[in-house]
Amino acid sequence: MKLFCLKFKSVTLIVIFVLISNVSFSKESNVKLLKPDWSFNGFFGKFDRASLQRGYQVYKEVCASCHSMSLLSYRNLAEKGGPEFTAEEVKAIASQFEVTDGPNNDGEMFQRSGKPSDRFASPYPNENASRSANGGAYPPDMSVLAKARPGGSDYIYSVLMGYEEKTPENIKLEEGVYYNKYMIGNKIRMANPLSEGVIEYTDGTKASQKQMAKDVVSFLTWAAEPHLEIRKELGFKSVIYLLILTILVYLIKKKIWLRIEPKV
Amino acid sequence: MSSEKPNQQYKPVHTNKVGGSPFTGVTGWIDNRLPIIRMFKHEYLDFQVPKSLSYFWSFGGILTICLILLIVTGLSLGMHYKPDAKYAFDSVEKIMRDVNFGWLIRYAHMNLASFFFIAVYLHIFRGLYYGSYKEPRQLMWLIGIVIFFLMMATAFLGYTLPWGQMSYWGATVITNLFSAIPLVGESVVTWLWGDYSVGDAALNRFYVLHWLIAFLIVGVVAFHVIALHIVGSNNPSGIEPKDTRDTVSFSPFTTSKDLVGMLVFLLIFVAVMMYAPNYLGHPDNYIPANPLVTPAHIVPEWYFLPFYAILRSIPDKLMGVIAMVSSIAILGLLPWLDFSKVRSSVFRPIWKQCVFLFVLDFFVLMYIGGAPAEGIYLVIGRIGTAFWFAFFLILAPLVSLIEKPLPMPDSIHEFEEWKKQGKIKTIKLFSK
Repeated sequence: MKLFCLKFKSVTLIVIFVLISNVSFSKESNVKLLKPDWSFNGFFGKFDRASLQRGYQVYKEVCASCHSMSLLSYRNLAEKGGPEFTAEEVKAIASQFEVTDGPNNDGEMFQRSGKPSDRFASPYPNENASRSANGGAYPPDMSVLAKARPGGSDYIYSVLMGYEEKTPENIKLEEGVYYNKYMIGNKIRMANPLSEGVIEYTDGTKASQKQMAKDVVSFLTWAAEPHLEIRKELGFKSVIYLLILTILVYLIKKKIWLRIEPKV
Repeated sequence: MSSEKPNQQYKPVHTNKVGGSPFTGVTGWIDNRLPIIRMFKHEYLDFQVPKSLSYFWSFGGILTICLILLIVTGLSLGMHYKPDAKYAFDSVEKIMRDVNFGWLIRYAHMNLASFFFIAVYLHIFRGLYYGSYKEPRQLMWLIGIVIFFLMMATAFLGYTLPWGQMSYWGATVITNLFSAIPLVGESVVTWLWGDYSVGDAALNRFYVLHWLIAFLIVGVVAFHVIALHIVGSNNPSGIEPKDTRDTVSFSPFTTSKDLVGMLVFLLIFVAVMMYAPNYLGHPDNYIPANPLVTPAHIVPEWYFLPFYAILRSIPDKLMGVIAMVSSIAILGLLPWLDFSKVRSSVFRPIWKQCVFLFVLDFFVLMYIGGAPAEGIYLVIGRIGTAFWFAFFLILAPLVSLIEKPLPMPDSIHEFEEWKKQGKIKTIKLFSK
């Protein structure tokens, strides 16, 4: 009977363990995502500033022609834990964009150059305009994209690297649709955006496809989770604090319980 | 005309009950007029608690802390959140980006909800395993089930508030369950929505109800705790304390032990919140709600999955809803379905197996709830559902009838001695 009893308990525990380790049920993609060695992963993860700055350049010169990032403001680019452009650089970046403001005292809307407090300029005035310009597909807003897909940063990176010259024979593509190894459903309306030499990095780094994909995904990860660095830093401190506190309280508890235990 | 009878004896009345405090000075002055200080001393300092409580008894305290933290973080979030279909998503993102430590408060609130359920499931398991639902604690058990229903309601409502894709579609699926009510179903759903679909009106009232139910929980928890202080704690032996050899005073013994339990729980919670804050959530909820695009799989939060599996395993909608609700409500019948005189599973060899199988079933159903409702998953889901109900309706009375309990000690202190001699084994959360 005792053996039987132990068996159920351990079977239960094993099943629980297996189920918990398989909790994310992503039936859609059976392909293993590419997992580059992100600097922001791990307990002490931090963003690579230079990479974030290059990532912003990729976004501005490539992605921004179709994708909005409406939750970000130019001032965010100067904030701690992000690309950390200087205040002057951010002013210069913002001033490159035309912004509609108003109404002024005459009741007229007017154009002015951007300020750091402005939101990122969107490529299209609304979703319908964006759909009509992109063959019916809506290029998603990228503000929180890195948190809005199973696999997150790895998934976006994989999709960017997942374009292949040859389409497998069993897949039929309509006009304006491309094959992508990692995209959910393997079909994507976006043509490979990061072909070699599409941009030239201002800091002189060679703009290979891999480099651009890595930089822009770092940038998107920061955009989705701008307080990641402080979160991990604070996380480490609080875990250590709680660990020490727990040990101390446990020792106190043991001492308190010694008052009665010898009498048992 | 006077109807006074001069000879009648009138009962004296004392509307003034000032006095009786064991304290002096200012404390005594207050306590004479508002006896909460002596009540606190009586119920939390001198209160006698069985000596044999394991760390499984920390979850009551842990849940209280969770509830307080949820209310505090919720209050802070409420000061920045806008319950408007147009602004809700962006206001949550504003909290995450621009409010000072808003990300911390929001991640805490989000993950606390999950950890509240982890703690409550362990708390319920404790009750099942050690027979805490039996005489005289039936009412406390029933109040607990009411709390669980309220928790589920408020968790569901809270999940709709960020107005992401899963919020929107989860709300649509769950509110549509009411359409299964015969005759008036459709009208009830329209009434709940305040519109002809889930939208702004629904979001606004969900926000109000999320608050309301949170405070209802506080009230019902108060009843749960008052009832506990009347019937006293159960303990791993399932034997009632008889004399001082069996008990310890609540403070400092139980308080110090509960504090250890709470800190360990807090440690795990903080580690998850800081390093995997979105692990227990769904990525689709970072996509703003879009009534025109249905997500590939609409999945509820992990803590609803077992009940979602039960709902989906019944082909008829109305019967499915009834099965889902009764799968929880049936816990309330357990004190009467299980009529064995022995409380603790330590002395119930067959019932112990049943409880472990029930836990296994819970996890299997949780897995099924997250899997697509087709093929083999549907079959397993149906077996799991059948076992869930069989556990209560067949196994509980049957085992009470046929089981022969193991020899039991006479008292808690004897139980402790047996434990030391290795005669009995209990489940431990941490070894000493």
